[in-house]
Amino acid sequence: MTNLPEKETPEGSTTGTEPEASALDERTFRGIPRPRSAAGLPLGDGTWHQLARGFLWVRLISTGASLVIVLAAAVAISLATRTPWVWIPAGVVLAILVWILAITPRQVRAFGYQLREDDLLMRRGIVFQRMVAVPYGRMQLVDIAHGPLDRGFGIAQLKLVTAAAATGVVLPGLTQEAAEELRDTLVAVAESRRPGR
Amino acid sequence: MSEQLPPLPEPSGPPVADAIPRSRLSDGEWHRMHPLTPLLRGGLFLVVVAGVVVANLRERIAEWFLPFLVPDLPDGATLPGDPVDYVLSHNLLLVAGLVVLTVVVVLVVLFYVSWQFHTFRITDDDVEVRSGVLFRTHRRAPLDRVQGVNLTRPLVARILGLAKLEVIGAGLDANVRLEYLSTAHAETVRADILRLASGRTLAAAAAHGGEAPSSRVASAASAVSAGITGLIVGPEEALPPESVVTIPPGRVVASHLLGGSTVTLVLLIAAIVAGSILGTPWVLFAVVPAVLGFAAYWIRSITRALRYSIAPTPNGVRITFGLFTTVTEILPPGRVHAIEVRQHLLWRPAGWWSVTVNRLSGRGIETGREELAAVLPVGTRADVERVVALLAPGTADAADLVFARGLDAPAGDGAFRTTPRRAAILRPFSWRRNGYSLAPGMLVLRLGFVWRRVVLLPLARMQSIAIDQGPVDRVLRVAGVRAHTVLGPVSGRIGALDRDDALEAWARAERAAIAAAAEDRSHRWAG
Repeated sequence: MTNLPEKETPEGSTTGTEPEASALDERTFRGIPRPRSAAGLPLGDGTWHQLARGFLWVRLISTGASLVIVLAAAVAISLATRTPWVWIPAGVVLAILVWILAITPRQVRAFGYQLREDDLLMRRGIVFQRMVAVPYGRMQLVDIAHGPLDRGFGIAQLKLVTAAAATGVVLPGLTQEAAEELRDTLVAVAESRRPGR
Repeated sequence: MSEQLPPLPEPSGPPVADAIPRSRLSDGEWHRMHPLTPLLRGGLFLVVVAGVVVANLRERIAEWFLPFLVPDLPDGATLPGDPVDYVLSHNLLLVAGLVVLTVVVVLVVLFYVSWQFHTFRITDDDVEVRSGVLFRTHRRAPLDRVQGVNLTRPLVARILGLAKLEVIGAGLDANVRLEYLSTAHAETVRADILRLASGRTLAAAAAHGGEAPSSRVASAASAVSAGITGLIVGPEEALPPESVVTIPPGRVVASHLLGGSTVTLVLLIAAIVAGSILGTPWVLFAVVPAVLGFAAYWIRSITRALRYSIAPTPNGVRITFGLFTTVTEILPPGRVHAIEVRQHLLWRPAGWWSVTVNRLSGRGIETGREELAAVLPVGTRADVERVVALLAPGTADAADLVFARGLDAPAGDGAFRTTPRRAAILRPFSWRRNGYSLAPGMLVLRLGFVWRRVVLLPLARMQSIAIDQGPVDRVLRVAGVRAHTVLGPVSGRIGALDRDDALEAWARAERAAIAAAAEDRSHRWAG
């Protein structure tokens, strides 16, 4: 959780609604992973804002906690019943959790969003890549939530709601300040572009 | 909620037949529902009470009405005690009578009070309904967010000459229900709501209603007789607009028998028969409930699709359907978020198609309870073209997009960007057809080989658009695009497009959608 002194100035075609003094890029990851295959979805122009570094710890701690709980439960059951069979389901769950732990850092880094002229762009995933573009005028609600662990790390989750349930734009780990700034920006922009629908 | 209600005009009066654009029911004051409303709304409760009574007295009822069914009992044997015996043997006739009377009086009072407190108001900006005595509810739907107005007449209400109005709002569980109004009033109120929602300027003249009817009984009687006449005669409205599509009843029945569920049934029966031959013959009995269930389903969906009509009106497309429960929906312009034209394999020889749309139904989950699943349950090509032209009024050649430049467009003519040959393994049958084209204001998807579909997505309605790619896609250098619309049966997803085509579709559709939304003015469509 270092505060990087140098501030990236966003360049390119995305400066339309970019706030001036921005909290969006403080304490965040730098450099979204470029798809390794040339056939992947390209990053395109513009600067991607990324999630807060603290969010990686939130993810690791919560996954690690479930890992510990499953492990403890499995040990307790196998000691109490003196049968090894419990290790079959527990092993599967543990393997999955370890795998999740292993890929979490890359996954968290692959999240990105851009504030473009007329829409918000979100990108996620490395193996299953997804990019969503939401016109500002379509946003109905911007929701900020934080759990207890999130609060400890100063993290908030920001969710965009449109009339379509499938839109599913969730930015799970912004810094508190970035989330609030982004919300205010989005609400202001959405208000100015709202069609009558 | 303690404000004094103004003196109310009798809502069950004769229809206001004057041409003043705003009837007295929508003059911005609070009005009550039809007096029979609590009876219909409390119908379920009464049915339960009747059920309990009948269950308790069934032996006696059988004795009274069907004496030959009662076996001769040997002397000394008694029937299991029932309340009537108890009352008679204990000389409690008076007490029992009083109890029944009290219950009836309490019910009447409760119904009266709930009717008193159930009022609605239509102002220039909102439709509001408030109800409840102890727990008051107050719902309000802003008129410029109205997605449509449905007029539903369940069979019992139809006989009584009543109808319920449902004002469809934008959002989950955002509907405002006016139940029940007399049919004529429901029609005028609906016309008012739509007119107000359209933003047309209103004549300032205050509407003068007819004189209050002489008595409630007389008006109820006239409503009942009108309802029964309507049931027999058919059209209950003064001038229903001409339907652009007529579906012969035979086609409705045949199309259901050839539908996808029939295939399921045949497969199911085959599986059961095979099981009974190979295993125990008892399995054969499982056929009976399956067939009964399917029969019930068919009858329900067939009766719902009968008496179908679709017609343009100044306030939107008007769709009526239902043999017993009649539903009239009005879909104002710009409330259709996606259109799908599809054809089951079994319908292909007959050349039938069905049209489904995504629209805001205002309910949490698409229940389909009183709705037609499809806007056009079954129709020929010409029918489909007329219906699509109605549903997409902004696009001049929308009907062309379905067939001439959609389903019938030859594989290699360039209008559609289709799945590349290297990805044919992802769409083994349909890869030549699976593709998109971007028409002005409309994203067109063509999908499927066995179940042919064309999806039209008006860009002014699109909420957002996503592009996605899994590992297999990446190896084949393809990607999928999904346009997000409001919840509904139509999916705006197309997979296995060439990656560059998909990116282009994604970017161009997004730009076009932003432009289209900026120009869209359909929330006040008469503006």
